[in-house]
Amino acid sequence: MHALIQGIILGVLTAGVYALMASGQTLIFGIMKVVNLAQGAMVILAAYLSYQLFTTFGVDPLLSIPLTTVAMFFLGLAVEVLFLRPLRREDRSELSLLVTFAVALLLEGIMSVTWKTTIRSTNTSYANSSWTVFGYQITLVRLWAFMLSLAALAFLYLLLNRTRFGRAIRATVQNPESARLLGVEASRVSALGFGLGAATAAAAGSVYGLLYPFNSGSHYDLISRLLSIVLLGGLGSIGGAVVGALIVSTSSAIVASTLSPSWSEMTFFVILLLVLLIRPQGLFGTTARGAI
Amino acid sequence: MGGRYLGPVRGVVFFAILASLPSFNLAHWILNIAVFTLMYAVMSSAWNLVGGFAGYPSLGHAAFFGIGAYATALWFQHHSISSGYEPFQLLPLIGLLAALVGLPVAYISMRTRSDVFAIVTITLLFVTQTLAFNLRSLTHGAQGLSIAVAPFSAATFERPFYYTLLLLLALAMGISLGVMRSKFGLSLAAVRADEDKARGIGVRTFGVKLLSFSVSVGLTAMVGGVWAYYEGFIYPQFAIDPLVTIAIVLMTFLGGRATLWGPVLGAFLLETAQQTLAYSLGGSQFYLVAYAMVFLLVMLLMPRGIVPSIQDGLRRRRRRATVDGTGSPEGRSRPPSAQDRTSATAMSTVKGHA
Repeated sequence: MHALIQGIILGVLTAGVYALMASGQTLIFGIMKVVNLAQGAMVILAAYLSYQLFTTFGVDPLLSIPLTTVAMFFLGLAVEVLFLRPLRREDRSELSLLVTFAVALLLEGIMSVTWKTTIRSTNTSYANSSWTVFGYQITLVRLWAFMLSLAALAFLYLLLNRTRFGRAIRATVQNPESARLLGVEASRVSALGFGLGAATAAAAGSVYGLLYPFNSGSHYDLISRLLSIVLLGGLGSIGGAVVGALIVSTSSAIVASTLSPSWSEMTFFVILLLVLLIRPQGLFGTTARGAI
Repeated sequence: MGGRYLGPVRGVVFFAILASLPSFNLAHWILNIAVFTLMYAVMSSAWNLVGGFAGYPSLGHAAFFGIGAYATALWFQHHSISSGYEPFQLLPLIGLLAALVGLPVAYISMRTRSDVFAIVTITLLFVTQTLAFNLRSLTHGAQGLSIAVAPFSAATFERPFYYTLLLLLALAMGISLGVMRSKFGLSLAAVRADEDKARGIGVRTFGVKLLSFSVSVGLTAMVGGVWAYYEGFIYPQFAIDPLVTIAIVLMTFLGGRATLWGPVLGAFLLETAQQTLAYSLGGSQFYLVAYAMVFLLVMLLMPRGIVPSIQDGLRRRRRRATVDGTGSPEGRSRPPSAQDRTSATAMSTVKGHA
């Protein structure tokens, strides 16, 4: 019982960072109908940037988030303009998968040339401190990561719901044709939306680097988790991504703490397969309209 | 294209050249490249059955490559190799096994469409890799498995592998040709063009999708079996490698999807280039960067692939020739692309059958 509750606590705390990554991915899908397979690589790149800022300038990863998000925003913008925009409309969904995978490989290659393939971890002063509440361990890093992810999600929510740009995005997600008729410039929304997705990946990456050791190959691991989360929640639904992250991360933490850590990976996929059998469009997914 | 006999002649010449290749006393490293090129040519042709003809871009084929590899490795943990040909005799069985495993997989994953299907299959790939790492009592986890070294003489070591793969290539291309010339292929083309409409006019969409996936992964697993025996040892991260999937997909896209020669051409171009790059750049990670750049350039500059682009060019020239003689044959300003044509023909012909 103790292990179970400890697992739940751990799962909920880590769910934040996955929710953040996944909401960026699902946002990109909502706007452009593009599944961004480079999302994991972008997360890892941001983790490296934070790591570099921390080791050379001593900037705390939590404080370097504004820097990494801005940098990754422009990277995302560039990827959209250079690689995704030239694709023809009719074979876009198929080709974009491959193109984003190629971007992921490119980033992986660049990262392994720059930082080698040794596993890095960011060791802050508070990396090992933890509290014990009613006999359950809560590490400070995870708590910080959770709060920060919540803050970033709240920021994303406000951006989408309280600004003109957000309204343009939501309009595009709901009905691209009508949005265009009403004067929303689709190409600009796509570019900015992809940038925004990359920026969320960046925020998540800085947090991820705090929580886990990583190297350039870690993005395979991440992307498989992210894909299960967004499929589980329903592609295009940010709320779904958050719920999906909670379910997936909690259940795998429970499996890790009660059965064995090596099987916790499998829980992702077992859940995914069940969902696909029962409800192929995901928990909150709709085929007709976006669900932000 | 051209005369009636051009197709068969091209095939005979192609296979004759390939069959005579080992008798030229080539260096081992060249034959090694040739073996790998054939592996990828078979797998690309196999992938083309699902990803090209049916338009379902599977990213999970490397999982079946791994299943084939592990099947061979596991079988010869308990059986000895004497003549050296036993693993090849086992291949049909492995193909059948993988095809059977492919059926339920296709049943679940093919309920979804293009991009979601790709995601589901890529997660399948990661599931299989996790299983290979975790089922330690069976696969020995990260330690990997080894297979007895094939007792072939060193001078002609590659030949049995080479000819087995050549046979598999003939099989894969034969199946592709059969698909292209049959109602089955038309049904697949209809699925690719518009699945709902195809079902509406009575195409058994689910059945043909399942069958094409099953055959495709069966072929892929057989290549995996040959690979495991050729390498002599397998580790989970190489037997079930996302890069294998991506290479197959890229080759098919480069050569041209839903064509007979496209996947083979793509494999011959890319795998030789890749192996040579790997030799010259060594194990350095620049290789990955170069590979990704090639990938991006292919996608952006030639999204439909080499073979369809050439076919289009030829057709346009021929049309221009007829236009000069007889006046405008059709009112369209843009010549219809190969895919428009095949899908339109597929639709009308399938309707005729139904």
